[in-house]
Amino acid sequence: MLDSKIPAGKLEEKWVDYKGHCKLVNPANKRKLEIIIVGTGLAGASAAAALAEQGYKVKAYCFQDSPRRAHSIAAQGGINAAKNYQNDGDSVFRLFYDTIKGGDYRAREANVHRLAEVSANIIDQCVAQGVPFAREYGGLLNNRSFGGTQVKRTFYAAGQTGQQLLIGAYQALERQVALGNVTMYNRHEMLEVVVIDGKARGIIARDLVTGKLERHFGHAVLLCTGGYGNVFYLSTNAMGSNVTAAWKAHRKGALFANPCFTQIHPTCIPVTGDHQSKLTLMSESLRNDGRIWVPKKQNDTRKANEIPEEERDYFLERRYPAFGNLVPRDVASRAAKERCDAGYGVGTTRQAVYLDFRYNLINKYGRAEASKKGIQNPDEATLVAFGKEVVKEEYGNLFDMYEKITGENPYEVPMRIYPAVHYTMGGLWVDYELMTNVPGLYSLGEANFSDHGANRLGASALMQGLADGYFVVPYTIGNYLADEIATKPIPVSHEAFETAEKSVSDRISTLMNIKGKQTVESFHKRLGKIMWEKCGMARNAQGLQEAIKEIQALKKEFWSDVRIPGDINEMNPELDKAGRVADFIELGELMCIDALDRNESCGGHFREEYQTPDGEALRQDDKHMYVAAWEMKGEHQWQLHKEELKYDVIKPTQRNYK
Amino acid sequence: MEHYTMNLTLKVWKQKNANTAGSFETYQVKDISSEMSFLEMFDVLNEQLIRDGREPIAFDHDCREGICGMCSMYINGRPHGPWHGTTTCQLHMRAFKDGDTIVVEPWRANAFPVVKDLVVDRTSFDRIIQAGGYISANTGSAVDGNAIPIDKNKADKAFAAAACIGCGACVAACKNSSAMLFVSAKVSHLALLPQGDVERKSRVLNMVSQMDKEGFGSCTFTQACEAVCPKEISVSNISRLNAEYIVAGLTSENS
Ligand SMILES: Cc1cc2nc3c(=O)[nH]c(=O)nc-3n(C[C@H](O)[C@H](O)[C@H](O)COP(=O)(O)OP(=O)(O)OC[C@H]3O[C@@H](n4cnc5c(N)ncnc54)[C@H](O)[C@@H]3O)c2cc1C
Ligand code: SF4
Ligand code: FES
Repeated sequence: MLDSKIPAGKLEEKWVDYKGHCKLVNPANKRKLEIIIVGTGLAGASAAAALAEQGYKVKAYCFQDSPRRAHSIAAQGGINAAKNYQNDGDSVFRLFYDTIKGGDYRAREANVHRLAEVSANIIDQCVAQGVPFAREYGGLLNNRSFGGTQVKRTFYAAGQTGQQLLIGAYQALERQVALGNVTMYNRHEMLEVVVIDGKARGIIARDLVTGKLERHFGHAVLLCTGGYGNVFYLSTNAMGSNVTAAWKAHRKGALFANPCFTQIHPTCIPVTGDHQSKLTLMSESLRNDGRIWVPKKQNDTRKANEIPEEERDYFLERRYPAFGNLVPRDVASRAAKERCDAGYGVGTTRQAVYLDFRYNLINKYGRAEASKKGIQNPDEATLVAFGKEVVKEEYGNLFDMYEKITGENPYEVPMRIYPAVHYTMGGLWVDYELMTNVPGLYSLGEANFSDHGANRLGASALMQGLADGYFVVPYTIGNYLADEIATKPIPVSHEAFETAEKSVSDRISTLMNIKGKQTVESFHKRLGKIMWEKCGMARNAQGLQEAIKEIQALKKEFWSDVRIPGDINEMNPELDKAGRVADFIELGELMCIDALDRNESCGGHFREEYQTPDGEALRQDDKHMYVAAWEMKGEHQWQLHKEELKYDVIKPTQRNYK
Repeated sequence: MEHYTMNLTLKVWKQKNANTAGSFETYQVKDISSEMSFLEMFDVLNEQLIRDGREPIAFDHDCREGICGMCSMYINGRPHGPWHGTTTCQLHMRAFKDGDTIVVEPWRANAFPVVKDLVVDRTSFDRIIQAGGYISANTGSAVDGNAIPIDKNKADKAFAAAACIGCGACVAACKNSSAMLFVSAKVSHLALLPQGDVERKSRVLNMVSQMDKEGFGSCTFTQACEAVCPKEISVSNISRLNAEYIVAGLTSENS
């Protein structure tokens, strides 16, 4: 049943061959075809712009007040591309290899190779749009390094790379709006997929200002709706990020793949108290220059600056000398957790480690600047002053953000950081063409599961989102739509639209009529706590079984005691949130089921029962070399479909970053 | 950093929708930690209101990291509140002390009609971008990223202008409700780059004309905008826009 439609032939020729042979739609016919794009983050905005440029009629949706505000805007550190501008040995193959290895051998070779192939085009496209990437004095593009690699292939714009890339895609999108090729629906939330004769043909969306439900037809529907990290309540995602669109598709038959593959990012500002509404990332790029350490003594209460050098344990450098502070995220997060659990944590909660810039500020940047200026034997104060200038240029906005949140100045004292939920590798199952198993229903960007296996490397999500939108779907969708040119737009009075709208409106009325005692937020917090404790950084069979029961009970309680104020036909953020939390609760159950089924540790999925003697993830390739694609069968019921993963080019081994 | 808790009086603008008149309501919040963000304080208040069976306050927010530009509260007479270079979501409660009264209003400008409570409609900004705030570069047609070297100094300036988050605080602060800082940031970002050169003249003329159509006021250069801009966008961009506009007006074929 699961056909990933990977083209035959040699790995490096598959995409070229595919493009050479896929069906095309001629320009006159494109104008007759309507495409619905839900989501205007990097994936959705780039797809909307690229498809509209080709002549398709596009309708795009986002729940924010403008497409420019999608969560992609918050990405900080950078975007990878195999340009090899640094002449340090990078290549398409090496980016492909690093991504497969970083993903702990749970991603498809063909998809990842294609991603590496188109990566260079993304940079060219963005530069042409006016994305102001960091440059060197000679005027050429600059690069930095990111975790899990030994080359410098990350392009960036200070700590605001996502913002600059999204603004580029947003402007390309707005240009198409002006040309009449895209109709933009802001403050709209997609709440149902409409399927007619087995094919996706439209959506039901709610206007979040008036509360009215609307029916929209499309010859194809693209879900570019982002990740579901907020199932944990606290995460680095934007407050509105949610799983609803993907979940509605799942309920309509689309398979959900590897739901338990979650990325916990090692460097985030620690939780301060119960009032906490979200966690803030400190970009991975900081690990280029920041060194992570804890005191060598347990329960050391001295201030960081009072602990002498020889009493500091640079535990990543100690455990992983080859990659040091630049090990992949899953490895760094677990190592930090291990130290804190063992009693070496710092700060008032003891759930934090230090990220310290002083060494590189002085020795790397300070000295380089001093020697540039021809200063012999500079004193420490001079080095610090010079170093600060460089660090400010590289990461200024992140340092400011840290100070605003914590009230501490990271130029003077080390940052305190702790792992936090950040990204979800799992998502809607898609084939090589980015189509789900529902014909005509596509998924792009973080919403799909396709490229990152069990752990995503830093700076690869932006790459994937833009690859999907600018360079993959514009080809693959033609292969489907070429057979749809005779399909006339289906009037939204069609009974399938009627039933879909009714089911949405019934559900909204049910929610509003519960009139219980507990707030939506309180349920979300409780779900998050269960997920973090039992399906978080470390998982075990017993905990997961308990979590499933607790989530089922929570679901019952939610549907009988939630309180939603206000009315249906008005702007009502609590109602919007209630629908999303209801979907998160169902997803949470599936995540635990998936984590329980996967009797191995791989990437971000760490089952305590499966680890090497020194605490590294222990895969079970003979039993679990597959994508777990779940089909919803009914309340609390799912059926597992397995897509076997074949490695023709890379031989899976135990990941080694030592 | 010493932490403390505080009790506060809030006077918040409540307005059911665009067609209904609004007014201030007064609320008390207790035991607010100095470690909370301003919006987390609003979360606490809203939770309390819902539990008491009252209407929570609607406000826009998403990233809570100072980058999406969605949050937009006019706090004690200043867009985004008392901290320099800071969005509402990044403002933290240690900016206030026990017993304070805080007045919170929506952005007020003809071109930003109130949608509900503290939520306003800023789609006029999108329409200004539609008028020309882009470089027409179809996907797939680009040359190599390093084919055109760009002077680092110029690239840095373009980046500084491109850092605008489209929040609208500049408009809210301006006595004329002018959108000049926002528009000039985009014009500067694109005019400073060689890629933006081709459409340079039509861009500035069309964007300014759209800005006028949307009902934003004219710029009398009081610089109130720069003072409140959370991304510290410089008014030197306005001077650049004016120069671009004059040159374009004198030489454009459209004129
Ligand atoms: C703080 C942070 C920093 C990051 N930094 C990096 C980095 O440096 N490099 C990197 O590669 N990756 C980074 N990432 C990851 C990366 O930003 C995301 O994975 C990526 O931007 C997701 O893009 P997207 O287009 O798939 O989805 P999003 O940007 O999340 O967009 C989702 C869109 O869908 C819309 N939407 C969702 N549901 C609905 C619905 N039901 N109806 C209508 N519209 C809907 C939203 O309005 C939005 O427009 C970071 C992530 C975070 C949290
Ligand atoms: S110029 Fe500043 S205040 Fe105005 S919209 Fe941009 S970021 Fe906001
Ligand atoms: S919520 Fe995004 S800038 Fe404040």
